[in-house]
Amino acid sequence: MERDILKAMLKDMLLARAFEERAAYEYTQGNIAGFLHLYPGEEAVAVGVLHASEPGDYVVSTYREHVHALVRGVPPGKVMAELFGRKDGCSGGMGGSMHLFDQQRRFMGGYGIVGETYPVSTGIAYAIAMRNLPEAVICFFGDGAVNQGTFHESLNMAALWNLPVLFICENNRYQIGTEIHRHSKVTEVYKRACGYKIPAEQVNGMDVMEVYKATQSALLRIREGTGPQFLEIETYRFRGHSMADPGSYRPKVEVQAFKDEDPVTVMLQDSIPEYPDAEKISAVGRDNIEHLSNHMHRENLINPEDIEQMKKQVNEIVEQAVQYAAASPEPSMDDAWSALNCNRGQEVLI
Amino acid sequence: MTDEVLLWQALNKAMDIEMAADNSVFTMGEDVGLYGGSYRVTEGLYAKYGEWRVRDTPISEGGFTGLGVGAAMVGMRPVIEIMTINFALLALDAIINMATKIPFMSGGQFPMPLVIRVPGGVAKQLAAQHSQRLEHTLMNVPGLRIAVPSTPQDAWWQLRQAIQSNEPVIILEHELLYFSKGPLDMALEAPPMHRAAVRRAGSALTLISYSRTAILAQQAADKLAEDGIDIEVIDLRSLSPIDWQTCIDSVSKTHHLLIVEEDCGFSGAGAELAATLSERCFYELDAPVQRHTGLDLPTPYNGTLEAASIPTVSSIINAVKQII
Ligand SMILES: Cc1ncc(C[n+]2csc(CCOP(=O)(O)OP(=O)(O)O)c2C)c(N)n1
Ligand SMILES: [Mg+2]
Repeated sequence: MERDILKAMLKDMLLARAFEERAAYEYTQGNIAGFLHLYPGEEAVAVGVLHASEPGDYVVSTYREHVHALVRGVPPGKVMAELFGRKDGCSGGMGGSMHLFDQQRRFMGGYGIVGETYPVSTGIAYAIAMRNLPEAVICFFGDGAVNQGTFHESLNMAALWNLPVLFICENNRYQIGTEIHRHSKVTEVYKRACGYKIPAEQVNGMDVMEVYKATQSALLRIREGTGPQFLEIETYRFRGHSMADPGSYRPKVEVQAFKDEDPVTVMLQDSIPEYPDAEKISAVGRDNIEHLSNHMHRENLINPEDIEQMKKQVNEIVEQAVQYAAASPEPSMDDAWSALNCNRGQEVLI
Repeated sequence: MTDEVLLWQALNKAMDIEMAADNSVFTMGEDVGLYGGSYRVTEGLYAKYGEWRVRDTPISEGGFTGLGVGAAMVGMRPVIEIMTINFALLALDAIINMATKIPFMSGGQFPMPLVIRVPGGVAKQLAAQHSQRLEHTLMNVPGLRIAVPSTPQDAWWQLRQAIQSNEPVIILEHELLYFSKGPLDMALEAPPMHRAAVRRAGSALTLISYSRTAILAQQAADKLAEDGIDIEVIDLRSLSPIDWQTCIDSVSKTHHLLIVEEDCGFSGAGAELAATLSERCFYELDAPVQRHTGLDLPTPYNGTLEAASIPTVSSIINAVKQII
């Protein structure tokens, strides 16, 4: 793979990690409130997928969407200001962490109700298909979200009408505290897509290059007009479900085994991490063995000085984002009313 | 014997005692089992009663609420927990088209001992999709009982009554009340599930409210009393049916009525109260019925705006002072 793409992805992954860890800190300082769902551990998914997409493609995401927005190009200051609930936030302080929107960058929202990203995506894709455009919609959702009715309804319609949707399942194996084997009979999520004749594959979400390549070829097929594609990307969140959740329901060895394969470290390190013993592996399940074996075959392409430089840069970007957010004023009640009535034009209401 | 407990603990005890007493009681919902429930209401029950009676579900609200309907038709007593009222929107078909219609459409053949427990209301900056109240929609459904407990004692009584009832009952629990403390006397005999409570007797005005705003109303009343303004506070406890007689008796005494609710005012629970009590107390009222409600606005994420979008103790005091 090209060195430049690789470097750009690494930088975004580092930015993502630094941004989210800072958001966690700002939450503890009381600058961010409500539900705050963070992404550490899963960076390779948003970064790999969105680097392989075009600016003309649309992105629809969940409540765990800060990184998707950042990689899409929403300025970090705008994202942080939204987390702070300020007027200069990308949703004007009305949406907060779970509801980032940026029409200009075709970032079509963060949705807080599980299962909403599918119908929004198929709707956008329907419009694209009607207008015969070369664009696609990238629809993100979690492993827990595939048991919502809208999943099945939307996959059927997308397939039936050949809609240009790339379904991306971010499979981090948990639906808050419920492990995937306790919420789904079929735990290899990609297999569900075949019920709707949607081509699907499973991708190692610990390896950003794999994610990038899989997305690139899926998008190529979509642009050829063959209809929707589906990728199940296996990943892991290092933190709890949200800042309100300590995540204590997960076995320690599982968390550690995935941390050993941290996608950011995987990008950074030449060395092969210590292979866990058989007991640890069986406690984690066989998917993790795949992750590790893929990892062992991977080659290192990064220069250590560049990395240090990048780390400095992203820390600076995050610091500036926080300063921008802190300096931004709070929205007024008039701002709230205009947001509500934004589509009413000058109509005088009685 | 009276204990001081948190509201979630009262619900937890009610679940436990009903599950112990009747094998047909089971509960189901997202993270109710191993995790112990988002607000701890089902804590400890999974270990005690096992997975068939305390079932963790997939994110399939329409599916598992509908499952509760089916199980109730054949004599089970399901207690479905929907993680928050916002997600109950996905289960409205099961609640409105199924739970309340099947007993009627079948000409009265089927019992529907279904309980649906739902946290809701404006909590702390959870933004527009996670701060809703749905009483307006649910009140418009004939055949559905709606309990709105605001104290641990009521939570204990009403959940137990709901489980024992053969009608579908939805319990709206306010997210900010789970960790509020209050006395619980488990031996005390329960009033009827829909009986309103006069929380504070007074003569100048009747203030009717429910759920969290009923608590705020009592705090407002205490402050008003310091200024020599003596109001009566009624906590409805039930939104369907409504205990009209308690309301009418109070208005006949005070001749002034203020209704306070957290939900949007337009077409809300307060609209029903204002309409019916205007009809029934017209000759008793010395002033027009007033409502003090949440703004007709989706809840903003910004904390200052969120706080300004719903009644507070001081805004309730102002609303009272504008009437008397
Ligand atoms: C309809 C609905 N039900 C329940 C919830 C509460 N909830 C928020 S996130 C979540 C788990 C989602 O898991 P998954 O889809 O795997 O995404 P992840 O958080 O792991 O990224 C649940 C149950 C919700 N937001 N919407
Ligand atoms: Mg998940």
